[in-house]
Amino acid sequence: MKGKVTVTINGLIVEVEKGMTILEAAQFLGFPIPTLCHMEGLSPYGACRLCVVEIGEGARAKLVTSCTYPVEEGLKVRTASTRVLRARKMILELLLASCPQSKIIQDLAAAHGVRQQRFRQEHEDCILCGLCVRMCEEQMMAKAIGFRNRREKRSIGTPFDVHSETCRLCGGCMYVCPACQLRCTYNEPEKAICGGCENLTPPCIEKDPFDDMMCYMTPCVACEQPKN
Amino acid sequence: MKLSSIEKLTEWRSVLAKKNASGKSCLCICAGTACQASGSNEIIRATKRALIERRLLDRLSLRITGCHGFCEMGPFVLTEPQQAFYTQVKAEDVPRIIDAALAGEYVEELLYKDPSTGQKYYHRGDIPFFKNQQRTILEANQKIDPIRIHDYIAEGGYRGLEKVLSVQDPVWVVEEVKKAGLRGRGGAGFPTGLKWEMLAKQRSNGGKFLVCNADEGDPGAYMDRSILEGNPHSIIEGMIIGAYGTGATSGVVYVRNEYPIAIKHLTAALQQARTLGLLGGNILGGGFSFDIEIVRGAGAFVCGEETALIRSIEGKMGEPRQRPPFPIQRGINGKPTAINNVETWANIPVIIVRGADEYAKIGTKNNSGTKIFSLVGKIRNTGLVEVPMGMTIKEIVYNIGGGPVGKAQIKAVQTGGPSGGCIPASMFDLQIDYDSLSRAGSIMGSGGMIVMDENTCMVDLAKYFMRFLKEESCGKCFTCRKGTQRMYEILDDITTGKGTLEHLDLLEELAHVVKDTTMCGLGQTSANPVLSTLRYFRDEYLAHIQNSRCPAQVCKPLLSYSINNNCIGCQACGKACSVNAIHGERKQRHFIDASKCIKCGTCRSVCKYDAVEAA
Repeated sequence: MKGKVTVTINGLIVEVEKGMTILEAAQFLGFPIPTLCHMEGLSPYGACRLCVVEIGEGARAKLVTSCTYPVEEGLKVRTASTRVLRARKMILELLLASCPQSKIIQDLAAAHGVRQQRFRQEHEDCILCGLCVRMCEEQMMAKAIGFRNRREKRSIGTPFDVHSETCRLCGGCMYVCPACQLRCTYNEPEKAICGGCENLTPPCIEKDPFDDMMCYMTPCVACEQPKN
Repeated sequence: MKLSSIEKLTEWRSVLAKKNASGKSCLCICAGTACQASGSNEIIRATKRALIERRLLDRLSLRITGCHGFCEMGPFVLTEPQQAFYTQVKAEDVPRIIDAALAGEYVEELLYKDPSTGQKYYHRGDIPFFKNQQRTILEANQKIDPIRIHDYIAEGGYRGLEKVLSVQDPVWVVEEVKKAGLRGRGGAGFPTGLKWEMLAKQRSNGGKFLVCNADEGDPGAYMDRSILEGNPHSIIEGMIIGAYGTGATSGVVYVRNEYPIAIKHLTAALQQARTLGLLGGNILGGGFSFDIEIVRGAGAFVCGEETALIRSIEGKMGEPRQRPPFPIQRGINGKPTAINNVETWANIPVIIVRGADEYAKIGTKNNSGTKIFSLVGKIRNTGLVEVPMGMTIKEIVYNIGGGPVGKAQIKAVQTGGPSGGCIPASMFDLQIDYDSLSRAGSIMGSGGMIVMDENTCMVDLAKYFMRFLKEESCGKCFTCRKGTQRMYEILDDITTGKGTLEHLDLLEELAHVVKDTTMCGLGQTSANPVLSTLRYFRDEYLAHIQNSRCPAQVCKPLLSYSINNNCIGCQACGKACSVNAIHGERKQRHFIDASKCIKCGTCRSVCKYDAVEAA
């Protein structure tokens, strides 16, 4: 697998090692690609779809998940084209609609300028990224948890929901979880959009002043976002 | 008996063909799933009894076949060599049919009559439904009893295998398929020859796999089922030829467990082929080995997707994985695997026997051959139709399908199952092939063709398909799991009168993203029903949102029933109403209590004076 291939990432012609994925190459070069289901040391899974990038040109251009797509000679990658950003924003909006209490998701949404959440609000915890399942199987060699069921009923857990004998309570699953490690304490459940922490310009300054400045002291600024 | 060489097979075929050509009359009874459902088992039993009781076995033979395609008219009996086509036969008609067949006469009143013109047809081939088709694959069904390999061989079966084994050049096989221009009949239309060439080039020390994908899950589609049930040997022969061309060592037929007859017939066919030495080790003494096993799927729609199908065959949870690597590189147990649809495999013997050049003449350029469609919905002649590629939708719907059933005009066809799109009647001059369908925003799919008339609400239709896809999404990738769920929610809001114009924009935006970013074919095409109905029937969406009105009068929450001045007070509606929502004195105009009405529409159907209106 040794050897180098030449790829173009965002117009930059670079040589990267063969066998790398687009995500690894881009991150190595400093192009940020958001992802929720990828972690070094675990096999690529491609479930969260956040890491999509655009490859190819013209009519053959398509979006692929960068965490699973291996670099190949002459590949042209755009990590932040209009098409990519449009898709990412929609995915983040979908994530916000389901799991508003994950700080990572709120931060990503804010960083991508997602200012609205137009779907019916749900309050789930798990985004089914599968990190914990892979952690348990690949790093902890336990296979104590796995996926069950399909469609929106899909969930992660031990067989029959009883304590698994192979589980050593190592906590690896919790350690890798992107949805539950940090909670966002936004206080407007109807809209489920916060984004205070990542917004570098305090959003409330421009508007009517707050009664107090308490909002800056909690992890999340409970600021009202302009509608649409 | 094991056939040890090609010559032995040829010899045996001529013996069998001679036996079949004895000139004895024969009754063919379709025992396809649709005909069995409409009672063909009764007919078969009655015929058998009559033949035995009247000792007619040496004068008249009986052949129980797979699906002929004209399911609307089932159960039916076809007589040979007369080719009289008796439709919707009942058990008590059997003696008359037997007498007529023996005397070379016709049972006039049972012959097929065109429902619109009333014209009677004496010969099956003259019936417009059959006449306008080009049946290269389906035609064999009526000549073959699927559980008797003799029939298949006598009809020229395994001649393709003979040819391949006598040419003795795998490259020739692949080139032939490439030259024929056969494209995958599973829906995506990938050139089969190219796929085989890729598989042949793959190096593997643990063998290569060929898979027949018989996980046909589209609602309203059953062509693969009919081929498997009616002519399983054509699949087996196709796969053996494919194995010879690509160097594959094992074959798998992945068939869904909901197809018990297909599994039964295929199991019998495999066994017979093995006994005759057409399958297994050292096929026909040519030193080439290949065997096929059946894997039954548990009925997940997503398992028709290649990577999910492979995982299911491996015994894992049926969910797709991101490609690359493609199955052709890493498939079953990590070995190179080529997956083709049932219909594709059935085409292979035809290509080899007729020759690639001859085959390529059928259909249009880049889209050669015939395609089987299952024509269902609001159309007179439902059933399986096989037409050359490039036929227009109009010809299929009106010439073969016979047009609409009632007064309502046909307004669209949905091709390609739940992942396909709708094509409006204004575009019925569109030629059916892979490329033009995809330009029109639909897909060929495996060949489902659902006809819709003015009584179908397109928003409701999109909602129906979205519900199906939402239920069948494996849930692995986020945009498919949540995307289909959210699209369904929005469609549901629109059909219940809660939709807004913002919803419409959001729906469109979401549909494009889902199409762009999901992992497998299920998700990527799941937006098609929404996008194509939005493209061609946006006015219906707008009517739901802006006027709170369902133009096709399907979406119940938007309907309201009222009684107009035509009412003479006959009280029929009041008696029929199950919730007592209709009031009124005898011989006086009646009224509907909207607060009680459950919008079942019973009053409207019982009213003889057109007094009940829905809006």
